[in-house]
Amino acid sequence: MVTNPVSVAQVYEWLGEVPDPEIPVLSILDLGIVRDVSVKDKVTVTLTPTYSGCPATEVIEDSVLEALKGRGIDDVVVNRVLSPPWTTDWITESGRDKLRQYGIAPPSRSREIACPQCESLHTELVSEFGSTACKSSWRCKDCLEPFEYFKCL
Amino acid sequence: MTSDETRIAYTLRLADNALVLAQRMVEMVAAEPELEEELANANFALDYIGQARMLYTHAGQLEGKGRSEDDFAFVRDEHEFRNLLLLEQPNGHFGDALVRQFLFETWYLHLLDGLIACSERGLSEIAARAIKEVKYHSRHSSQWLVRLGDGTELSHERVQASLDDAWRYTGEMFAADEIDVAFQREFDGPDLAAIHKLWRRDVEKTVAEATLRLPDDDWMLSGGKQGRHSEHLGFLLAEMQYLQRSFPGATW
Repeated sequence: MVTNPVSVAQVYEWLGEVPDPEIPVLSILDLGIVRDVSVKDKVTVTLTPTYSGCPATEVIEDSVLEALKGRGIDDVVVNRVLSPPWTTDWITESGRDKLRQYGIAPPSRSREIACPQCESLHTELVSEFGSTACKSSWRCKDCLEPFEYFKCL
Repeated sequence: MTSDETRIAYTLRLADNALVLAQRMVEMVAAEPELEEELANANFALDYIGQARMLYTHAGQLEGKGRSEDDFAFVRDEHEFRNLLLLEQPNGHFGDALVRQFLFETWYLHLLDGLIACSERGLSEIAARAIKEVKYHSRHSSQWLVRLGDGTELSHERVQASLDDAWRYTGEMFAADEIDVAFQREFDGPDLAAIHKLWRRDVEKTVAEATLRLPDDDWMLSGGKQGRHSEHLGFLLAEMQYLQRSFPGATW
């Protein structure tokens, strides 16, 4: 029986430094795609994809391997699970704050989308589609800044 | 047919649908009439490619012969593909492609709903993931049908012709063959007759809103699900598979 020197909490701390490649201000923990970490025998990290065709999925899996190997953990397995499927509800509160600071309106169940710059609700949809599958393009009618909105899924 | 053979065949049909449709959509990248549509189409195509990858990987794992998603996509021949004929038809103009998306997505949404409840765990999980995407695809294609149908005289006339042309390919979606029947029986899979009613209800509603006329159920073409394709699939595969056929195993 090999005792693994690393704790689950430590692995989570390291994962908190792995960025989402498309919105690097968010870590994969903020995004809510880390489903499980286990340190029995070897370190196993279980992730779930956001969208089926998200091109970031493989990049994220590689970044996790790299981040842990960089800390001397060589025996790492990254698993992928689909269930329960990811939705934007999995994005954490601190993730939502980071999105706002970065200029992206976080997903909201409300019909009114607040401008991430001036917090005005006087905003309008410019295009339902944006630079990535998860975002739409908006404009603030008060401060006149364009901004992106992370669509609710 | 053993129960493993049934679920592998069933999974491959779903995978081929997603891949062939995605390839047709990819052909429209950089050719959409406006930027918003450009982004929508490319992103939706990516969702279907993602679904195809998950489905092929699942089929490969069930089969247990070491075939990867790429082996299924790039080195199978035309007669081994089991996608619906509707999805391999050339894009035509914007209205033709839109009608194809509308007819398929209205069906696919109900099929995925049925699959979530099936007892084949891998497919149920993939369906739960995919339905979240197909919901907004379907909303998008329904909205466009209304915009074109209830648009100008010209757009109305053209999209009505698209609907009339595509209708003959819809029968295949509901014609249950031995694989559909076996999957329904052994894995509590979707009931195509029940889906036909739901599809018909939804299509009728949107077509009426679009001020279009529902085509008559006349002669329906079929064969895609059994590997008998129209001449168009071969050309599609020739382009899509070119690299892996010329440079087998190439990676980058």
